[in-house]
Amino acid sequence: MANSSLKKRNNTLANANRQLEILSNGIFSNGELPTFKSKISETNQYPLKAKTLEILQINLGYMCNQVCEHCHVDAGPDRKEIMTKETMLQCLEVIKTTKAHTLDLTGGAPEMNPNFRWFVEEASKAGIKDFIVRSNLTIIRANKTYYDLPHFFKTHNIHVISSMPHWTKGKTDKQRGDGVFDKSIKALQSLNDVGYGMPGSDLKLDLVYNPSGAFLPANQSAMEKDFKKALIEDFGIQFHNLFAITNLPISRFLDYLIASENYEDYMYALVEAYNPNAVANVMCTNTISVSWDGYLFDCDFNQMLSLPVNSPIKHISNYNESLINNREIVISQHCYGCTAGAGSSCQGTVA
Amino acid sequence: MQKTYYDPSDLKKFGKISEWNEELGAKFFEYYNSVFAEGKLSEREKSLIALVVAHTEQCPYCIDAYTKDGLQRGITKEEMMEALHVGAAIKSGATLVHGVQMMNKVNKLEM
Repeated sequence: MANSSLKKRNNTLANANRQLEILSNGIFSNGELPTFKSKISETNQYPLKAKTLEILQINLGYMCNQVCEHCHVDAGPDRKEIMTKETMLQCLEVIKTTKAHTLDLTGGAPEMNPNFRWFVEEASKAGIKDFIVRSNLTIIRANKTYYDLPHFFKTHNIHVISSMPHWTKGKTDKQRGDGVFDKSIKALQSLNDVGYGMPGSDLKLDLVYNPSGAFLPANQSAMEKDFKKALIEDFGIQFHNLFAITNLPISRFLDYLIASENYEDYMYALVEAYNPNAVANVMCTNTISVSWDGYLFDCDFNQMLSLPVNSPIKHISNYNESLINNREIVISQHCYGCTAGAGSSCQGTVA
Repeated sequence: MQKTYYDPSDLKKFGKISEWNEELGAKFFEYYNSVFAEGKLSEREKSLIALVVAHTEQCPYCIDAYTKDGLQRGITKEEMMEALHVGAAIKSGATLVHGVQMMNKVNKLEM
């Protein structure tokens, strides 16, 4: 398992243009598989248009204490791209006026941003209905300065969404690194201890399941039952919902697919599982993704592929919600990842 | 003409069997999908049964398909192997239980 990012390793796939070339060439240029554009055109869903903004997702930086095999951000300890306080101030202006009901902080490990707590404190004053922090769990146990994060989250009524690829140690550590499973279990227990994830609790704790390999996630509710049964029986851990998220063929997961000779089969599987009903509710239609340096994207994946929004407004500093709604979504073949089967989004299935 | 009997990419073409007999092909796939739907048994249990039968039938397409299906359902490799031994036990048991017939025949023929 690599312990540094593609960028640090000077891997060609750290380059967004190279990734976009791969996603447009081969089986998609020789007609073996339809491009995403031609596929959604079959059901008159092209161009894909944004609807009213509901979710403001802010990436606080690509630095992370983990180097997960499948990471679409190519995050890791060596990534230095961190949102500055100046950009956070610009975000706060938007958070105060947005009509979005959900504020979603992600990374990297967002908690590693030195101004993370200040930003959460300020943002929570805006009173957004659902305030999410995507936590990788192990950060809570990384060192003692983070041990009180469960209390901090509770104080600000943060909705915690955490990655947990499997309920067994073997599968989890293979994807996320040695020791990740044990630390994640401890972190989940500490969240349960302050009330997170308990039945009927307002302190929301949801888990995210990503397949640990070149296959698609199965039925979300069936997986949720299996996760709940195993975590309560083995560790006494409770949580609310499980979100099954498909791995998109970009960044480190694309690197893995190519190196393991699974790329073509995986793209076939995504295209075969294409579901036009998922297109109607795909997350880019109600989300804006803000990068660590304040630029706007249709989703976190487009952010990593350097595909900016198709709108006159490109940066949080001149944000204008009315000009962003109804924009045309920028697409490529990676979008098949969000429309396969029951669909996939940061909030799980969509169809 | 391909030089080997099995080609992994043929699995993707399974649906094409309907092209030469649409009515029976459609009936088969409808039946197939109904069989694997959740009933008294869960989809997960059915997937494990399918994986075992895939091996006892020694169908490489089915082994590919139901190994992947199992991974998608979060079935671990340890669970898969444990299930496989059920198939192996029945296969070897089926061989050995015929030994009773052999013994009967020997007992009948020998003085």
